[in-house]
Amino acid sequence: MSETRKVLIDPLVDNNPVTLQMLGICSALAVTTSLLPALLMCLALTSVAALAGAAISALRHRIPNNIRIIVHMTIIASLVILVDQLLKAYAFETSKQLSVFVGLIITNCIVLGRAEAFAMKNGVVLSFIDGLGNGLGYSVILIAVATLRELFGAGTLLGYPVLETVSNGGWYEPNGLMLLPPSAFFIIGLLIWGIRTWRKQQVEKPEYQIHAVHRTEVF
Amino acid sequence: MEAYVSLFIQAAFVENLALAFFLGMCTFLAVSKRVETAIGLGLAVIAIQVITVPVNYLIYTYLLADGALAWAGMPNIDLSFLGLVSYIGVIAALVQILEMTLDKFFPKLYNALGIFLPLITVNCAILGGTLFMVERQYDFAESVVFGVGSGSGWAIALIALAGIREKLKYSDVPDGLQGLGIAFIIVGLMSLSFMGFSGI
Repeated sequence: MSETRKVLIDPLVDNNPVTLQMLGICSALAVTTSLLPALLMCLALTSVAALAGAAISALRHRIPNNIRIIVHMTIIASLVILVDQLLKAYAFETSKQLSVFVGLIITNCIVLGRAEAFAMKNGVVLSFIDGLGNGLGYSVILIAVATLRELFGAGTLLGYPVLETVSNGGWYEPNGLMLLPPSAFFIIGLLIWGIRTWRKQQVEKPEYQIHAVHRTEVF
Repeated sequence: MEAYVSLFIQAAFVENLALAFFLGMCTFLAVSKRVETAIGLGLAVIAIQVITVPVNYLIYTYLLADGALAWAGMPNIDLSFLGLVSYIGVIAALVQILEMTLDKFFPKLYNALGIFLPLITVNCAILGGTLFMVERQYDFAESVVFGVGSGSGWAIALIALAGIREKLKYSDVPDGLQGLGIAFIIVGLMSLSFMGFSGI
């Protein structure tokens, strides 16, 4: 039980796929301008990651090692097609906003990375939970970024006004930068700074140390 | 002609795949520590992008799109839901072919690129380029130009970031921002400056 819990909880902060493993940032940031598409994207990615983990783990003794990447890609791509068709059927408007990014879950490094690193070596249930945990770790970051961007960029959350904007007779002047791509980079960068100030062991070692100048060395 | 030039500028700068659509970010951040490797990877991405976008265009228009099989006498078939699997298959196969060709005829370049070649298969910039081509309904010539433009844009951004990060080792970065954090802030600033091209 404790191992299962660890597999599920670890990726949320301590081993977060986005901020620590540097995986899966690729396609996701573009959908964080507002919260609703971001939530759908999280749902899509988490379900693909969990199901792909389970499917690949179930087949792991039958997949020949030298063509495993192609097999993984095929399994993942089939799952993504399923999710894509479901979204088009039940959430058409939002799926238009997500445009190509649902398809890009195929090349999301989280899904393939977990398949390679975890599902090939562990049982079906554990792999499912690992996929779930990593999907949730990704969702945490995505939802945090989307909340900040929608709240400060448009003054709304999920489309409901929270901060009354000036154009609607309120007091809040929306920060247009928040809706543009650069802000997502800044927010993630600052988020990483915050997490690493909290969890010191995640700090990266500098490649070069600036040498402190001693008085005797000045000459 | 003018339309193609403006499409190129748009794909390379204004709608830069890395800086405006966040595509290929994992590789973008992981491989931008040294300029030499960045140049190698950038060239490989341009090469693959130039080939895959037009090839996937042909596959989409003549096999998958609604009514595309009319030339085979089956105008009622819509296979577009198979798109994702076919595109990723094409990309994986082309990367493999390019790898073998380089190994045979340009072993030097092959050795320089090393592990990055197979990794291009899972680079979202490549699949993203194809998906944008389908979504925006480019014709064949446009998809060639778009492939060249988006590939070069990604390469330019990668090489520029590598140049900046090489200089970063002389700077005194706060502990928590070291490495990944400061890289994100820099990419954000680059993204801001690339947005300046949107007036062209």
